[in-house]
Amino acid sequence: MDFTYFLTLLVFAPLLGILLLTFMPKTNESGIKMLGVLATLPSLLLALIAYFSYRGGSNLAGFSEKVRWIQFGGQNAEQQGIFSVNYELGIDGFGLIMVLLTAVIATLAAIASFHIKKEWKGYYMLFLLLEIGMLGVFTAQNLILFFLFFEITLIPMFFLIGKWGYYEKEKAAYSFLIYNGLGSAILLIVIMVLFSRTGTSNIEMLKVIMNTDNATLFAPVSDSLKMGLLIALLVAFGVKLPIFPLHSWMLKVHVEAPPSIVMIHSGILLKIGAFGLIRFGIGIFPEQFAQIAGLIAVLGVINLLYGAFLAFIQTDFKMVLAYSSISHMGIVLIGLGALNEAGIQGAIFQVVSHGLISALLFFLVGVFYERTHTTTLANLSGMAKGMPLASGFLLTGALASLGLPGMSGFVSEFMAFLGLFEESPVLAAVGTLGIIMTAVYLLRAVLAITYGQAEREFAGLSDLRSFEWAPVLVLVGLIVLIGVFPAVLSEPLQATLETILMGIGG
Amino acid sequence: MDLDTLLSFDWGTMTPEFILLGFIAVLSVADLFMPKHIDRKILGWVGFAGVVLALVSLVTLIGTDTTSILSDTFRLDSFAIAFKLILLLGAALVLLLAIDFHANEGLEDYKGEFYYLFLSALLGTMFMASSGDLITLFVGLELLSIPSYILAGMRKRNLKSNESAMKYVLNGGISSAITLFGMSYVFGIAGTTNLKGIAQVFSSVNDPQLIYLLGLAFLMIFVGLSFKLASAPFHMWAPDVYEGAPTPVTAFLSVVSKTAGFVIILRILLSIFGYVPVAQGDGQPIPLLFAMQDYIAFLAGATMIIGNVVALRQRNIKRMFAYSSIAHAGYILVALTAMSFVTFDAIWFYLLAYVLMNLGAFAVIQTITAKTGSEDISHFAGLYRRSPLLAVGMGIFILSLAGIPGTAGFIGKLNIFMGALLVDEAHYVLVSIMIAATVVSYFYYFGVMTQMFFRPAATDEKIKLPAATIVVLLVAAIGTILFGVMPNIAIDFMHSNFHQFVDFMR
Repeated sequence: MDFTYFLTLLVFAPLLGILLLTFMPKTNESGIKMLGVLATLPSLLLALIAYFSYRGGSNLAGFSEKVRWIQFGGQNAEQQGIFSVNYELGIDGFGLIMVLLTAVIATLAAIASFHIKKEWKGYYMLFLLLEIGMLGVFTAQNLILFFLFFEITLIPMFFLIGKWGYYEKEKAAYSFLIYNGLGSAILLIVIMVLFSRTGTSNIEMLKVIMNTDNATLFAPVSDSLKMGLLIALLVAFGVKLPIFPLHSWMLKVHVEAPPSIVMIHSGILLKIGAFGLIRFGIGIFPEQFAQIAGLIAVLGVINLLYGAFLAFIQTDFKMVLAYSSISHMGIVLIGLGALNEAGIQGAIFQVVSHGLISALLFFLVGVFYERTHTTTLANLSGMAKGMPLASGFLLTGALASLGLPGMSGFVSEFMAFLGLFEESPVLAAVGTLGIIMTAVYLLRAVLAITYGQAEREFAGLSDLRSFEWAPVLVLVGLIVLIGVFPAVLSEPLQATLETILMGIGG
Repeated sequence: MDLDTLLSFDWGTMTPEFILLGFIAVLSVADLFMPKHIDRKILGWVGFAGVVLALVSLVTLIGTDTTSILSDTFRLDSFAIAFKLILLLGAALVLLLAIDFHANEGLEDYKGEFYYLFLSALLGTMFMASSGDLITLFVGLELLSIPSYILAGMRKRNLKSNESAMKYVLNGGISSAITLFGMSYVFGIAGTTNLKGIAQVFSSVNDPQLIYLLGLAFLMIFVGLSFKLASAPFHMWAPDVYEGAPTPVTAFLSVVSKTAGFVIILRILLSIFGYVPVAQGDGQPIPLLFAMQDYIAFLAGATMIIGNVVALRQRNIKRMFAYSSIAHAGYILVALTAMSFVTFDAIWFYLLAYVLMNLGAFAVIQTITAKTGSEDISHFAGLYRRSPLLAVGMGIFILSLAGIPGTAGFIGKLNIFMGALLVDEAHYVLVSIMIAATVVSYFYYFGVMTQMFFRPAATDEKIKLPAATIVVLLVAAIGTILFGVMPNIAIDFMHSNFHQFVDFMR
């Protein structure tokens, strides 16, 4: 099978939906929603084809494509092969997994968006644009293209939060824009320094150039500059992930954005931070990363404990989940901080697993909110009576999240901690406290919602409806699949992991 | 000089200027003899035809060898052609805006004058781009300035317009005086006004006293000319003048006049001060221009910070865009500071992007302010409902001004960053200031977005767009996106036709 332009097709397939939507009359609600979901399917289909043809033995390198795009600095520079930015897409195992995750969650979130109450046309157009951005981020093979897609996710999110969110939506949208704007600004500095001084922005070439002694560079890059760049990367992606003191914007977004958007946000956008740290942080600056690995592990433990303790005292279920996200991202950092095979594998597993779990939980938040118009723990109780199935799945999601064996959360937490115990047992021991706290706060919140006496009577409380089944079943299915049969992830990841480990010399 | 020598000059190089001159003459005579009741709009279209003709004739000149006539006072090199293209493009768009401008408060009696004064100012900028002599440069500068003073005050019965003209003329006078004072030192030391001749004399100057004097001259010329750029320290006129002047004039000042300012600064500074050797403590002497880098860097930083920070507080859209245009002057000064081999490329591309995005924005501003009679930013509320096309257009221009990827503004910024970072002793601080300033600018740019897309409209009345404005909007929007997605169209054009401006001072 010929895969030229396969990835371009995959990334830009939602564009077709955007074009078709422009011709849709804006009052045709069901038509728009239908089209919105259908438009996410081609990418999903192509991602599945890629995955299965890879499992069937195709080489991922066959997906790469490259077209001349921008040449800075004139003909002289072009002849020397510097300062050219190509349009180049490609995937490795990690990228493939992330693309698949994105495509799945985007389709499910598009279904969850049936709950949206107004201006469906604008909503779905922005939603599809957001999907293009996310797919592009995971396939871009050079930093400038990566940055372009990275920013494409920023603008639709601003509008989706600011227009379709809850009461304080504009504030949340601004907070999102400014924090992430700062993060991207720092990222842009890193990218431009690398590009200007080495003459290339291709990730693979940078990996080689930056780790070869006496490589011919356009301008020198000293070791202290490398360290500075890595720290800057850590901050830039730390905003996205988020790492502890940089997280306040993310709480606002979790609470104010519509649940379908939070599915995307918590399920994928946060993961771009982890993806970036692994691809660029460890990939381009392995030596420097190893020097600050201890710091990253400490940050991870702080994230884990801070998120867990604050989640425990929240009165709003969305806030519980928001802090839970912070806490779970701590595990990613712990895995990265360990910087050994188990650790990094755990981190990547956690990225995927938490993406699925948080998408499931936020989908259910949307389901509950749709019927009760509240997410406050005090107002919600005894929901198991009116909505037994939804409540049951909520409990399933919570159990997966706290790392019950047999579900995806367990595999990732286990491996991340396994990695850290090898490197620094004391820190890992402190971290396990967070795992206990996770069980405590999640069960407290979920039990408060599902069991007990119903505080308030909600009229016409109905259980899961037709379209709501699809996301729940797919997500639960995937969570269990990964939990029971981790090889679906670990096999594609193997090659990526080996490259990473080779880079850090382990 | 007898007739034969006069005829022996290659006058063809001056065709665009002659065309403009001819149209100025025709317009002024026509305005004189046309009956009063005939709408002067027709003169606007004639003027537009003149600019387009000049543009066409300039395009035919692309590729001609560098020629200079009239004993080196008028040069046609690739620098001149490249920047004249931008000047004429900007002027053509501004004229279209002017044709649709609803004349009132005294301007209705002088619409005819408006067009030929406008063309005269344009002629001044054209001469500045082609000058090879201090005298012609200065005459070009004044030919631009004096009609601009009149244009700013053309709404005779409007107090603000009068204030605007008064402030402009006073500030302009002071700055011209400062520039001239600086030039007098140059002339005094070199004994000639010809730029080439000056460079020749200066390259052998080695008396430290003289070099000190030349440093003073440099600063004075730079500070005086910063008036045209609306950059620090001569930026304070901009908000008042921009607010009071009729909108097309504001657009002219913020785009064409600013471009001309950069043209003259590049001409004078690079071709004179690039040749003054300054002895270093160790080894090779460096050009005075490089020794002065820190001062330019300081002014660039100050300009970006002042422009973006003060813009945050503005409620009047024209004042906001005044500060925004100050900020953009600062960005371009960063490229000048860097003095890398991509400086010309970066400035040219940024100005091209700036012409498109800023004039597009002014087309929207003019339409809205004419509709509501007020320049308060709240009148943009609900624009999305009243005119989706206008809102989306403005959205594109704002994204580009804010430097979001996918737009021409981003590629322009990228180019500037590259130049500033690839030189040895990279300008990390300056680049950081520029990026931070860009993030600050999100606040006010997205404030307009918030108004347009999130806030409800005061009325549901649809906005009808005049024909010429539609043309401006389309050209600007298509250009902004096209040069953002496929910047190579412009960059390759520049590289294949202007040869990196190597003939700049030969």
